[in-house]
Amino acid sequence: MSLDQLYQQIILDHSKARHGSGLAGVNAPAGASTGQSHQLNPVCGDEVTLRVAVEDGKVAQVAWDGAGCSISMASASVLSEMAEGLTVDELHAVIDTFRDVLRSRGKVHADPDVLGDAAAFEGVARYAARVKCAMISWVAAEDALNQAA
Amino acid sequence: MSIDWHLKEFTLALVPTPATLEHAVPDMDNAEVLRIRNDFPVLGQLVNGQPLVYLDSGATSQNPLSVIEAEQEFYEQRNAAVHRGAHHLAVEATEVFEDARQTVADFIGADYAETVWTSNATEGLNLISYALSNASLWSAQGRGNARLRELAIGPGDQIVVTEMEHHANLIPWQELAFRTGATLRYIPIDDAGALRLDTAAEILGSRTKVLAFTHASNVLGTINPVTELVALGRAAGALVVLDACQSAPHMPLNVRDLDVDFAVFSGHKMLAPTGIGVLYGKQDLLDVLPPFLTGGSMITTVTMERAEYLPAPQRFEAGTQRISQAVALAAATSYLTETGLDRVHRWESQLGQRMVAGLEALPGIRVLGPAAGQERIGLAAFDVEGVHAHDVGQFLDSRGIAVRVGHHCAQPLHRRLGLTATTRASAYLYNTTDDVDAFLEAVAGVRSYFRV
Repeated sequence: MSLDQLYQQIILDHSKARHGSGLAGVNAPAGASTGQSHQLNPVCGDEVTLRVAVEDGKVAQVAWDGAGCSISMASASVLSEMAEGLTVDELHAVIDTFRDVLRSRGKVHADPDVLGDAAAFEGVARYAARVKCAMISWVAAEDALNQAA
Repeated sequence: MSIDWHLKEFTLALVPTPATLEHAVPDMDNAEVLRIRNDFPVLGQLVNGQPLVYLDSGATSQNPLSVIEAEQEFYEQRNAAVHRGAHHLAVEATEVFEDARQTVADFIGADYAETVWTSNATEGLNLISYALSNASLWSAQGRGNARLRELAIGPGDQIVVTEMEHHANLIPWQELAFRTGATLRYIPIDDAGALRLDTAAEILGSRTKVLAFTHASNVLGTINPVTELVALGRAAGALVVLDACQSAPHMPLNVRDLDVDFAVFSGHKMLAPTGIGVLYGKQDLLDVLPPFLTGGSMITTVTMERAEYLPAPQRFEAGTQRISQAVALAAATSYLTETGLDRVHRWESQLGQRMVAGLEALPGIRVLGPAAGQERIGLAAFDVEGVHAHDVGQFLDSRGIAVRVGHHCAQPLHRRLGLTATTRASAYLYNTTDDVDAFLEAVAGVRSYFRV
C-alpha cells in the first residue's frame, strides 16, 4: 500500500483548510443545547476540543480547536463539515460506520454515499498506529452529542 | 576505601589502561559497521520494499546473534530457578546468573554487590525512590540505624531534578515528594538545551536530599557535565542519582570514577532483550536502605510477625529473577566491550554530527539541542515546520526508515521548547553514514510531499 493511499488529496487539503476550526469567538446559535468534549492521545500529543450545538434534533454547528498530525486535523475538519444539518441520530450512525471502517484493518470498505469525504480515511485503517489519529475528533463528537442530549 | 583508591591510581600510572590500548585500534568505519551488521539478523530485512534503515536505537536497540544465542542456550541447557534447590541445573543456572552480574558490574566499574538487577531503568528509579520513602517510614518507627535516619526525607527537604529529564527520572521523584512532603525543584535549561549550572548552584542547598539527572539527554543529545553536577550534589550533602540510559550503551562509563551514589540503565537499549535493567548503588547505601519489593529470595529469617533482610544485591531482588535476560545482558556488554566503547562513542558522535549538519542545511527544520560542531551523542530530534512529527515518521517509514516520533517521554522539555512532538533519529554501532544520508535525503522530501 502506497503512502498516497493514506495521505489522499482530500486529507491533505482538509489538514490545511480546516473547516470548523476555532472555538474562541464562535458562539453557538441562541437557544441551541451544546455539549463539549476534550480528547487527548497521550502517545502522540494529538488534542481536540470539540463543541456541538443541537437545535430541534439537528446538529446546528460543530466548532473545534486542536493540534496534531494531518490525519487528526483533516478528520476533525471533514467531520465538522459533514455533521452540520444531520439529525443527532444520523450523526451517531455516521460515527458508528466510520468507527467500523477504521477498526476493520482494511476489511470494511468505506461507502462514499454514507461517509462522504470521510471515506478518504479508509486507507488509515491499514495503519494501526494511525487509527486513533483519525478517530479522535469523532470520539469527541460522540461524547459532545451525548452531553448535548 | 581510600587506600584502595590510591592503589588504583598508582596502578593506572604504571600499566597501559584499556583506553590507551583501544586507541591503538583504528576508529570504526563503514566497512567495519557492515561487518557488525551481519551479527544483527533483524537489520537484514526489507521494509516497505526497501532496506531497513533502523534509526530508533534510542528507544530500543537490536540484538546481535551472540545475545540471542546466550538466551537460547540458557533455556536449552541450564534453565532452573536460581539460589534454591541443590540439583545440577539449579547450580548451573545460579552460576551463570551470578557470573552475568559480575560481568555487568565490571562493565560499569562497580562491585558485584553493588549491581542489582531490575526490569529496566524505570524500575530502578522507582526502587530508589520507594527505598527512600521507606527510609522515612522506618526512621519514624525507630527501625534501621543512624545512617538510615540521615537518608530519611521529610517536609522542608528538597529533591532536585532537571528540566530535560525523561518522565522515568521525573515522575518517581514527584511521587516521592508527594509521599514525604518534600519539595521538588528542577535545574532549568537554556535555549540551546544546556543545563543552567549557575541556577543549579542557587537551587541546591543543605536541605537537598536527592539530585537526579540524566547523563545524556534522549531528546537534546547533550552530554551533561557529571563532574560539576556531582560536586554540587556533594557540597549540598545530597544523594546523586544518574540516569545512564543513553550513556551506558554508547560510551565508556565508570560509576566509581563519576562518584555517583546510584545509576540506572536498561538492557534493551544496549543490545540486550527487554525485561532486564541494572541499578548501581554504593554498597554502604544499598545495605542500609529498606527494600522496595519484598518476598522470596531476599530474606534471612522470617517469622509470622516480621522478616530480616539480606544485604544487597539480594535485598532488592524479591521473587524469581529475570535469569535468561541477565545472561543475555552480560553477553551484550561483552559484545560492546569487544568492539570498544571508546570507538563506538567516537563513531556515533560522528553520525550525530552528520545528522545535525545535514538537518541544519535543510529549510524549515529546527534541530533541538547543541548546534553542529558542538558535542552531542549519536541522535538528533527535530521539528519540521508545518508538518507534524507523526506525519514525518510515516513518510520516513514508507522509505524503510525507522525513527521515533512524539514527545519521547519528555513532555516538560518539549513544552519548554514550545513544541508538543518532534521526530528523533538515533544511531548505534550498527549504523553507517549511508544510513544517515538516506535519512537526510528522505527528510529533505517531507515538506514538498505535504505541500508545505
